[in-house]
Amino acid sequence: MSVETATLPKSPRAYSNIQIAVAFVAAAFGLTILQYIGLLPAWLHRLPETIIPNFAGWLDALFNFVKDDLGLLAFTRFLTEGLEWLLDFSANIFFGKRRFPNVGPIPWTAMAAVAAVIGYYLGGWRLALLGGGTMVWTALIGQWKIAMQTMSVLAIAAPLAFAIGLSLGIAAWKYDWVDRAIKPILSILQTLPFFTYLLPAVIFFKVGPTAGAVATTIYAIPPMILMTTLGLKKVSPEVVEAGKMSGCTKAQMLRHVYIPSARTEILVGVNQVIMLCLAMVVLTAFIGMPGLGAKLLAMMGSFKLGRSFEIGVTIVLLAVMLDRMSKAWVIKQPEHFERGTPWWKRHSMLLLGIGLFSGFTLLSLVVPFLAEVGRGQDLSQGKELDNLIKGFLDIELVKATTGFLRAFLNVQVLIPFRNFMLSIPTPAFILLVTAFALALAGKREAVFALIFFSLVALSGWWDRAIITLYSVISAVSLAALIGLPIGILAARSEKWSQRALLVCDTAQTFPSFVYLIPAIMLFGITDIAVIFSILIFAMVPLTRYTIEGLRTVPEEMTEAADMAGSTRMQKLWNVQLPLALPTMAVGFNQAIMFAFFMVIIAAFIGTQDLGQELQRTLAGTDLGKNFVLGICVSLMALTFDLTIMKWAADKKRMLGLA
Amino acid sequence: MSADIPVISCKNAWKIFGPDPEGFLKGMPAGMSFDDIRAAGYIAGVKDVSIDIHKGEMLVIMGLSGSGKSTLVRCFSRLHDITGGSISVEGQDIMSLSEKELIELRRSKMGMVFQSFGLLPHRTVLENVAFPLEMRGQDKHARRERALEVVKLVGLEGREDYFPRELSGGQQQRVGIARSLAIEPDIWFLDEPFSALDPLIRKEMQDEFLRLQQLLNKTIVFITHDFDEALRLADRIAIMKDGAVEQCDTPDQIVLHPATEYVRKFTEDINKARVVHAGVLAQPDATGEGEPQDASATVHDMARMLVNDTRDMIPVQRNGAVIGAMPRKDALDILLGSEA
Ligand SMILES: Nc1ncnc2c1ncn2[C@@H]1O[C@H](COP(=O)(O)OP(=O)(O)O)[C@@H](O)[C@H]1O
Ligand SMILES: [Mg+2]
Repeated sequence: MSVETATLPKSPRAYSNIQIAVAFVAAAFGLTILQYIGLLPAWLHRLPETIIPNFAGWLDALFNFVKDDLGLLAFTRFLTEGLEWLLDFSANIFFGKRRFPNVGPIPWTAMAAVAAVIGYYLGGWRLALLGGGTMVWTALIGQWKIAMQTMSVLAIAAPLAFAIGLSLGIAAWKYDWVDRAIKPILSILQTLPFFTYLLPAVIFFKVGPTAGAVATTIYAIPPMILMTTLGLKKVSPEVVEAGKMSGCTKAQMLRHVYIPSARTEILVGVNQVIMLCLAMVVLTAFIGMPGLGAKLLAMMGSFKLGRSFEIGVTIVLLAVMLDRMSKAWVIKQPEHFERGTPWWKRHSMLLLGIGLFSGFTLLSLVVPFLAEVGRGQDLSQGKELDNLIKGFLDIELVKATTGFLRAFLNVQVLIPFRNFMLSIPTPAFILLVTAFALALAGKREAVFALIFFSLVALSGWWDRAIITLYSVISAVSLAALIGLPIGILAARSEKWSQRALLVCDTAQTFPSFVYLIPAIMLFGITDIAVIFSILIFAMVPLTRYTIEGLRTVPEEMTEAADMAGSTRMQKLWNVQLPLALPTMAVGFNQAIMFAFFMVIIAAFIGTQDLGQELQRTLAGTDLGKNFVLGICVSLMALTFDLTIMKWAADKKRMLGLA
Repeated sequence: MSADIPVISCKNAWKIFGPDPEGFLKGMPAGMSFDDIRAAGYIAGVKDVSIDIHKGEMLVIMGLSGSGKSTLVRCFSRLHDITGGSISVEGQDIMSLSEKELIELRRSKMGMVFQSFGLLPHRTVLENVAFPLEMRGQDKHARRERALEVVKLVGLEGREDYFPRELSGGQQQRVGIARSLAIEPDIWFLDEPFSALDPLIRKEMQDEFLRLQQLLNKTIVFITHDFDEALRLADRIAIMKDGAVEQCDTPDQIVLHPATEYVRKFTEDINKARVVHAGVLAQPDATGEGEPQDASATVHDMARMLVNDTRDMIPVQRNGAVIGAMPRKDALDILLGSEA
C-alpha cells in the first residue's frame, strides 16, 4: 500500500525535527533523573517565587487604567442600562418580572402550543411533539419559572450574538485587514475558559442577568463570524455576476444577493449561536444568575440527585428542541403555492399559532392551572428518584464496581500519574512539550509551544496548570480507550455508524454542565467524578471522528485491500486506520479542547487545578489573576490545538486526502 | 445610433491575472507568448484582442475551455477591468465610467445569461425575472407586468411562483434568459448558455433562442465551445486560443480560409459542405448560364444539382439579382473533399 511507503520527506538540514525532538526528550529525561536522585538544584525544578513577574498586578493596573481613566466603565455601565431594559422586557414576557411592559408571564400552555406549531411548521409532527412535549414536561415537573429565567436571557443574548457576529463576519469578508485582525482573537477566544469571560462581565456589566447575558453573547459570537464569512465566500461567482449585471449597487448586492445566497451557512451559524448560548447561560449560575443552571448547581451541591436529574432532563430536552428546530430551519426550503391559494391558506401556520396562543391565554384566565403549575401541583419525583438512585448505588455489584474504580483507578493509576507529572522539573516539562510539537508539527509550532509553556511557568501557577493538564490527559486517554473501539466497531456497518453518529450529534448538543450529573451520581464529589465527567464529554468527538474517518476512506483503497486478500484486521490496521488517522486527530484535538473546557467547570466539585482558583476569583474583583489563570488554560489548549491541527493537515496532504 | 459606430469596439485589450497585472504589462517585452507570461507567474486571460461588433450582429466566440472566452465577454461588460487597451460601448470608453454610470449602463443596456444560470435560489421565477427591474427601482406593479410578459415570452407561463430548485435545467435557463431580457437590453451576452443542458434540450433551446433573436434583433455575443451550435447561430465567429483571437470571420471564410494552423486543425472535422454558401463561392466578375442558385444555399443543399449538372460556371443570385457565378468544381471540391 502506498500508505506504508509515505514517510516524512527527508529534510536537507543537518538535523531533522525528529532528531532534535529526541535530543530534547533526552535532556528532559536527564533533568528528571537528576531530580529523582536529588542532584537537581531547586531553582531548576520550579522557578523561584522571586523571579515570577507580577503579571496579575500589571494586568490589574492596565484594567484599572482602561476602566477608570479611559472611561470604559462609564461606557459599559451605559450599555448596561440598555441591556438591562431589554432583559427586563423579556423577563416580564417569559416569567412575569414586574417591569415594563407588564403583560407577562405568558401562560405555559400558550407557550407549549406555539412551540408545537413552530415545530410542526419546521419539521412536521415529530418536531411538534418535541416542542410541545418539552414545554409540557418543563411545566409539569415544576421547573417552568427557572426554565423561563434561562430562556429570557437566551432570548436576548442569542439575537445579540447573531447580529454582532453577522456584522463582524461581513466586515471580515469585506475587508482583509478586519479578517487578519479578527482571526487570532477568535482562536484565543475559543480556547479561553468560560470563567475568564465571567469576571470582566461582572465588573463591567454588574452582577446578575446583564453580566450573564454579556458573557454568553461574547462566547457565542465567534462561530457566527466564521460561518458568515464562510457562507459569503462560497456564494457562486455566477450569482454574483448575475447580480452585478442586474445593476445592483454595493448595498443591494449585499442585501439581495450575498446574504440570501449564504442563507444555509448563516442559519448553521444561528444554530451554533443558540446552542452555545444555552450552554453558557446555564453556566452563568457561577456568577449568581438565577435559572436552570443555578438550580442545578444548588441541587448538585446539596447532593439532591433526584432533582438534579430532573433539571438535567429539562436542560437536555430544551437543548435538543432548540437544536432540532434550528437545524430544521437550515434545511427548510421555500415551497410555492398554487395560483389562487387563498391568503389564509398561505399563512395557515401563522394563523394557527396566533389562534392557539390567544385561545390558551384566554382559557388560562379561567383555569389557573393552564397559566401556571402551582406549588404542590407539579409531578416532580425528586425524593423518590433520590431514593431510587441511592438504592441503585447501594446494590452490591454497583457499589463494588464504583468502589473498585475509585480505589484502583484513582489510587493505583491516576494519583501516581499525577504525582509523576508534578515531579518532572519545569524546564524538563517544557522541553517535552516542545519536542512533542516539533516531532508532530514543525519548528513554528515548537516555538509556540516553548513560548506558551514558558509563559505558563512564569505565571506562577505551574503546579495547578500541571494538575489541569493531568486531568485533561488522563480523561482523554481513558476516553480514547473506550471511544475508539466503539467508533471502530460502529464504523463496520452503515446502520450502526448512523446510529452512533446520531447519538454523538445529540450528545454534543447537551450543555456541558449536565455531564456532571451522572459523574456525581456515580462517584460523588471526588476526583474520579471530575475525570469521569470529562471522559464522557470528550468521548463524543473521539467516537464521532473515528467513525467519520473510517467511513470516508475511499472505497478503491478498501477494495484494493480486499483484492489483496487481507483479513479484516489487516485491512483495519494497514489501510483504514492510517487513512482515517488525520480525521481522528481532529477528533482528538476536539476532545482535548472539550476536556480543557470541562475540567474548569468541574472545578466546583473541588479540584486543585486552575479551575478552582479561577472560580475563587469570581467571588472577588481579582481581574488580573482571573485573566492570568484563564490565559494559562488558553495557552496550554492552544499549544495542542496548533500542533495537532498542523499534523492532521500535513498528514492529509501527504495522503492526498485534502 | 449610426450604423458605422460599432456597438462594442475593443482595441488591443489585455486582461492579465496575477499579483501585479498593470506593472507586469507595462514592463512586458513585446511579443511575449502565453507560455512566457505563464512562466512569469501571470495568466493572460485576454491577450491583445481587437474586435468590433456591429449593431444587430451575432458574434459567436469559440475556443477550448480556458481559452479566455468568458474573460473576454466579462471585459465587455466590465465585470472584469481590463489591464490594457480600450473597450468602448456605443462610442463610450467603459473604463472611464464611474461606478454609478456603469451601473446605469448595465441597468439600461446590457443583459447576460450564464452557463449555470446564476439564479437567486430564494426568489420565485417571477421575482428572479423582475430582479433587475427591482434593482433599478421600478415600481412593483410595472415590474410585475413586465416580468409576466417576459416569462410568457420564454414559455414559462404558469410557473411564475415556482422556485428555481423546483424547475428542470432547461426551465431554469429560460428563467435566466427571461431575466436578462427584462430590461430590454440592446446588447445581449450569453456565456455557454446551453452547455449545462442535455443534448435534446439543448437543441430545443437553440431553436427557442433563434426564435427570440429573430423577434428581438439584438446585438449578441454568444459563447460556446460547440461548433455546430456556432454554425447554426453565428453571423461571425471569433476563435480564441490562449487568450488571443486567432481568427474572426464568417463561418464560410473560417472553414474555407483558416487564418492559422490552429484554426485549420480546429475546423478539420467540420462538414464544410454544410457551412459554405453559394454566395461565398460566387465570383462577382464571372458569368454563367442556366438557372441561378440562391446565395444562401449551402453546398450541401446543392449537392444533387452539383453532381448531376454539367455546367462549369453556375450563376448565383441574391434577392432576385444575379451577383456572379461559382465554379462548379470549387463547390464539388468542398462537397467531396479536395485532394489538395
Ligand atoms: N479570476 C481569475 N483569476 C485568475 N485566473 C483566471 C480568473 N478567471 C479566469 N482565469 C484564467 O483565465 C483563463 C481563461 O479563463 P476563461 O475565460 O474562464 O476560459 P473559458 O471561458 O474560455 O473556458 C484560464 O486559464 C483561467 O484559469
Ligand atoms: Mg467559460
